Amino acid sequence: MNKPLRRISIFCGLLVLALLIRDNWLQYVQADALQTNTHNRRVSIARYSHPRGDIIVDGKSITGSKESSGSDFKYKRTYKDGPMWAPVTGYASQAFGATQLESIEDGILTGNDDRLFFRKTLDMVTGKDQQGGNVVTTLNAAAQKAAYEGLSQQKGKGAVVALDPSTGKILALASYPSYDPSSFAGNSLDTDTKAWNKLQKKNNSADPMQNRALRETYPPGSTFKVVTAAAALENGLYKSANDKTRSPLPWTMPGTTTQLKNEGNIPCEDATMRTALQYSCNTVFGKIGSDLGNDKMLAEAKKFGFDSEQFTPVRSNASVFSDDMNQSQTALSSIGQYNTAATPLQMAMVASAVANDGKLMKPYMVDELQSSNVDPVAKTEPEEMSRPLSPGNAQILQSMMETVVKDGTGKNAQIPGAVVGGKTGTAQHGVANSANPYAWFISYAKLPDGSSPVAVAVVVEDEQANRDDISGGGLAAPIAKKVMEAVINAKK
Amino acid sequence: MSSTSQSPTHHTSTIGAIGAPSRRNTELALLAFAVVIPVFAYANVGLAMDGSVPTGLLGYGLGLGLLAGVAHIVVRRYARYADPLLLPLATLLNGLGLVVIWRLDQSPRLQHRAKILFHAFSPDAPKQLMYSALGIAFFAVIIVFLKDHRILQRYTYISMVTALVLLVAPVFFPAVNGAKIWISIGGFTIQPGEFAKIIIAIFFSGYLMVKRDALALASRRFMGLYLPRGRDLGPILTVWAMSLLILVFETDLGTSLLFFGMFVVVLYVATERTSWIVFGLLMSAVGAVGVGSFEPHVQQRVQAWLHPFSDKVMAQSDQVAQSLMSFGSGGVMGTGLGQGNSDLIGFAANSDFIFATFGEEMGLAGVMAVLVIYGLIVERGIRTALAARDPFGKLLAVGLSSAFAIQVFVVAGGVMGLIPLSGMTMPFVAYGGSSVIANWALVGILLRISDTARRPAPAPNPNPDVEMTQVVRP
Repeated sequence: MNKPLRRISIFCGLLVLALLIRDNWLQYVQADALQTNTHNRRVSIARYSHPRGDIIVDGKSITGSKESSGSDFKYKRTYKDGPMWAPVTGYASQAFGATQLESIEDGILTGNDDRLFFRKTLDMVTGKDQQGGNVVTTLNAAAQKAAYEGLSQQKGKGAVVALDPSTGKILALASYPSYDPSSFAGNSLDTDTKAWNKLQKKNNSADPMQNRALRETYPPGSTFKVVTAAAALENGLYKSANDKTRSPLPWTMPGTTTQLKNEGNIPCEDATMRTALQYSCNTVFGKIGSDLGNDKMLAEAKKFGFDSEQFTPVRSNASVFSDDMNQSQTALSSIGQYNTAATPLQMAMVASAVANDGKLMKPYMVDELQSSNVDPVAKTEPEEMSRPLSPGNAQILQSMMETVVKDGTGKNAQIPGAVVGGKTGTAQHGVANSANPYAWFISYAKLPDGSSPVAVAVVVEDEQANRDDISGGGLAAPIAKKVMEAVINAKK
Repeated sequence: MSSTSQSPTHHTSTIGAIGAPSRRNTELALLAFAVVIPVFAYANVGLAMDGSVPTGLLGYGLGLGLLAGVAHIVVRRYARYADPLLLPLATLLNGLGLVVIWRLDQSPRLQHRAKILFHAFSPDAPKQLMYSALGIAFFAVIIVFLKDHRILQRYTYISMVTALVLLVAPVFFPAVNGAKIWISIGGFTIQPGEFAKIIIAIFFSGYLMVKRDALALASRRFMGLYLPRGRDLGPILTVWAMSLLILVFETDLGTSLLFFGMFVVVLYVATERTSWIVFGLLMSAVGAVGVGSFEPHVQQRVQAWLHPFSDKVMAQSDQVAQSLMSFGSGGVMGTGLGQGNSDLIGFAANSDFIFATFGEEMGLAGVMAVLVIYGLIVERGIRTALAARDPFGKLLAVGLSSAFAIQVFVVAGGVMGLIPLSGMTMPFVAYGGSSVIANWALVGILLRISDTARRPAPAPNPNPDVEMTQVVRP
């Protein structure tokens, strides 16, 4: 009987071996995947097991942590001026996870990031509780406040993005209507889940949780004419702002019998580019787009950042300029209609590239990551993204945009003591243009020393207002002016 | 006894040399470790969870030490030559199990859950300590009163009846958590399957010892396999049918697999015919696929095994997923006792799923150590079978050891997602009176067999006639 016994012994050994191998598979090979599995509650338990690091603007934190009464989570996230900063911070909720900066920089904020390993080990040895590091943003509190208050006074939906043209730093990033991430930071069914449900798009037509500054694309309307003008200059179609453009009025789009209309009776026939931009001539810029053709327009738009997502590091949707259009469609797209769509960030990048003498800087909002005792861990260096314009052409375009503010549709954005260049836009949308148009304004300000500290894009959709009242100059330009003033004043 | 080429010098594994040391002092030294390690673990849990050494440490240490001491004295007095490893290994597992159950008692999450579900929370560790004491007492009774394991052979058919009653009884009691494996008498709930495991091993060994020649010899050879006669298939078919009935009516995958597996092992050892293994595997496959095709409970378990994280499975039960995440979150070194979140499993955290807590808090290193301890217990049991001098003892020892091995494989494999989950408990570590008491009884019987096997043979008879006689062993 001993031979089968020895075989049974080997068999039982194999059973144990199978368990040992499986255990190695689970606890060594698969360990990381299981640890970070979306169903694994340990992830959020760890996230809230000690005070979370803060997100910092102008040296002050806009977030906080307080002890929470829940059984699983020791701390809860709090926000100061939550609705104003929500497009920057995102949220970190015990029940609903984390997004945007709260999610992207989670490793730093919880203190689990490998770059904080030394600090963590030191804390462990000295018996100190683990503490999260801080995320220092590039934002400007005064500009953000001006942007958010400007939007909330309009009571419509809208967004503002302000950039520092020379570095790409994001100075303001506002979206309205917004939400207070504090309201659902916990995991109580009574308060947090109710607040969360109330904010969801299906229960709230205003969709307050949409980050309009980065994630919504709007038809840019006439503000896109800046891109078209840049394409005309870069491709040598016209050499200066004051060349006659030889454009007829009325102008029939090639391949169609449709005449492209201007808004009102404005001097567009054979106008110079300066005049055409000042009065926002559809015929002139439509013809430029048509003359250059889809490929050249697309190449220029891409240089400004169209058709690709931006990571600030929070992701921004890709703006759209199509690549398969005929001449008339290209003409319409070149005045910011048809398929063209842009995020507010994208249009701020356009203004910023012009203001920075043609050099587009990569937009970013995280300046520095710090350990809990404010030692820098990582710093973002400004980075050039592309050169959509030569410096000479950029200066020509600047003088044209400055004319728009000085004598044209953008007079509301004038700032004493600074030179402002801008472009208004009123974009039609909806079936047969039935929906309320979007009021756009993009601009930059230049100081007497020649430096340009700020470029802004503002978009406002006003449902209450009378259709005729909506124009970039009337609704959006005053907000842009306040944001630019705030940045200029903060510099002084 | 099966091989005819028995050499005069025994193989080292068949212990039986005259004057073999009793190894009781080895056992005592190992027992000291088996008590001290869980005491340290207990202190570790307290320090990790409250930052102080738990007040119950002394009582726990003394209690475990006392139990181990009593067991040791009983073995030293009544089973001097018993295997020295089994008792320390079982004590270590039982001690660690108590620590982990106590650790889960401290979990606010489980306390909260108990208050919601049962309106009250009562700690399980004190109860488990009492069950362990009962288990050791039962163990002592077996060592003291069972002078020779061959006495059990007399009760072959009574064992069969008892085992059948124990296995069928749960059908008449309400299902608990979807499985009918419990009977409740006057406030006590008993899991009869745990006891049936031992009793049915006695039946299998007694029965097959008598029938093995018929089953082994009366067969035809076909393609290198010995095909049994039709009527010799009777016993295996009966056990097979019984296992399937358990599976269908008690929805208990583990018990079913355990009994059939044990039977096939004992049958194979008794007859030395590989064909029985082939038949056994075929019949298990047919049975499993057959029942799986219509029994929703089994299908559910298989789905949970194949796709533990799918939305459909998660909506029904996230047990397997939680268990897997527990193991994964432990990683190689574990979080340390008292610092994991294995209590997220909620349901049966300290019984069926207690191994997940070992996984998370003691890590790959700890789990491998525990698995090796189980492996050692099984191998010591089979070594006992090898050493046993009588066929009944051999069959009983291998039956009990293989049942133990299959149980460990089925439970650990279930919680680690290697095989579908089934409702059984890890021997010695999981919370549950029936399980602890039955497994101590199992170890007691193995010790008794090993004592008989290792006991020095009686001094040779001085009668010169005897020397002339050639003893031919069967």
